Amino acid sequence: MTWYAAVGAVEQGLVYGIMAIGVYLTFRILDFPDLTVDGSLPLGAAISAVAITSGLNPYLSLLLALVGGVLAGMVTALLNTRFKILHLLASILTMIALYSINIRIMAGPNVALLGVATVFDPVIGLGVPAHLAGLVVFALFAGLVLAGIIWFLGTELGQVVLATGDNPQMIRSLGVDTRTIIVLGVGLSNGLVALSGALVAQNQGAADVGMGIGTIIAGLASVIIGETVFGCRTMAQAFIAALLGSIVYRLAIALALGLEIGGFRFNPSDLNLITALLVVTALITPNLKRRLIER
Amino acid sequence: MQKIGAAAALLAALLLGQAMMVSAAAISVSQFVEHPALDSVLRGFQDYLQEKGIAAEYTVHNAQANMGTAGQIAQQMIGEKADLLVAIATPSAQSCAQALHKAPAELKRPLLFSAVTDPLAAGLVKDLERPEGGITGVSDLLPIEEHIKMVLAFHGSVSRLGLLYNAGEANSKATVASIKALSERLGFTTVEATAAKTADVFQAAKSLVGRVDAVFIPTDNTIVSALESVLKVGVQNSLPIFAADVDSVKRGAVAAMGFDYYRHGYQTGAMAEKILGGVRPEDLPVEFQEDLELHINLGASRQMGLTPPEALLQQAAQIYE
Repeated sequence: MTWYAAVGAVEQGLVYGIMAIGVYLTFRILDFPDLTVDGSLPLGAAISAVAITSGLNPYLSLLLALVGGVLAGMVTALLNTRFKILHLLASILTMIALYSINIRIMAGPNVALLGVATVFDPVIGLGVPAHLAGLVVFALFAGLVLAGIIWFLGTELGQVVLATGDNPQMIRSLGVDTRTIIVLGVGLSNGLVALSGALVAQNQGAADVGMGIGTIIAGLASVIIGETVFGCRTMAQAFIAALLGSIVYRLAIALALGLEIGGFRFNPSDLNLITALLVVTALITPNLKRRLIER
Repeated sequence: MQKIGAAAALLAALLLGQAMMVSAAAISVSQFVEHPALDSVLRGFQDYLQEKGIAAEYTVHNAQANMGTAGQIAQQMIGEKADLLVAIATPSAQSCAQALHKAPAELKRPLLFSAVTDPLAAGLVKDLERPEGGITGVSDLLPIEEHIKMVLAFHGSVSRLGLLYNAGEANSKATVASIKALSERLGFTTVEATAAKTADVFQAAKSLVGRVDAVFIPTDNTIVSALESVLKVGVQNSLPIFAADVDSVKRGAVAAMGFDYYRHGYQTGAMAEKILGGVRPEDLPVEFQEDLELHINLGASRQMGLTPPEALLQQAAQIYE
């Protein structure tokens, strides 16, 4: 792995880590498996790209993307809580609907963002080299999101969100409508996913309707890698672990992309297999280490 | 003495090998997804350079249709410090262009794109004649009128033409728009069916049965990946399936008017030769496919209930039984 590729992997890990934090919120905290993310990630990208190409400030476009994502997540949660559609199916319905909606928003499948203003420009203006600007901006956003979510879960409302996932019966007996809390939580989660999508699009130079494919896979992989490798004893640690898990996942891909054993090179088509094997290694190592120590 | 001779020979071979290693051009390739047409682009590219005796060391990456991976591959390629970057298909080209844009000056390399239908809309170049920023390449914009005229002549009585594509692909969207613009003048109506992923293609193809006289498939990554399911629908219902690329004819489509992705890659190879020879990418205008050939699949024609007109058979460059 070259230094440049490693920087790229950490950068991607940070930006997709914002998505992973969102996935942690639904998957672990609310116990709500949510596939909406495959649609809300490109939704954020689409909104941000269209906003920027219409002349809006790139930072403001992120806010719009966030709001769009929150709305998408709320639709899923409402389908589930008000109309009693199973959470998985509700999220699948929103996800496939978003495919068409995203094409509507962009008036086509792809909006190019090459050579337009992006969130990186002010950072580059401060003298940060262009190839490190992504790293700086994403670290900043990931840090803000982490701090924000940890603060939020410490508030009274946040505690109710936590309790809704842990013991809905108990929290209902206290007179709280858990349905509202689920709508809020799933909305927030998808807002973060859309924010991540908007940043990815600005970084990659295009918003594309196909860019959401595999989001939930990357998100779940990041969450579980994070839990296994870095632990999740406290709430703050768990969210940090999800972010770090995302970085590990992207480093595994970068490693797989450049992997050469002696003179042997893998086929380009082996990429997904090698990535899977590397992630398996990362997941079983802590377990093996523990067993060795116990002996 | 013999030993010394052998050692000297070995040393000479090593030195020669070293010299050849140094002179080989390093080329990093980003391909978006594995399917026969895009694979042909890469093969055509590599074959051209080999035929011209240009030694090249390839590092090939494939994003396996994942945009996030495509972005990472672009950064990986910048770090590989190759002499030339090649990007196959629009999403890969956009990721590479963006990575290059951000790369520090000493890591910037020329980028050749291939199999990109609309380089202007994709933001890769601002001017086809004068590309900027070290990025140029070959567009696979279809000579759509020739294609459609061939389909009409081949079939004889098309009044409703089915268009099967993925509305999520920028390339196909552009092609379908130009076919619709042609339809009135050439006297047919269009019926569209879209599939968002390969698993949906079979159903989309079935939805056209009975509503159209023939089906045309543009150079669409999703449909071409699942071409066999469309062909099955065509054979079962005597519905002729036409394609826009000749690789698909070999797989069983009735005919295509010469979009040969192998030649497309070959043409990209010729541009690479110029860049490796020292020509600045800025001095190489974006190219389009030069030679068009008619490919016909006789077996498929029969199975889908068509007899090819004699005039077209004589014009054909390649006929499959």
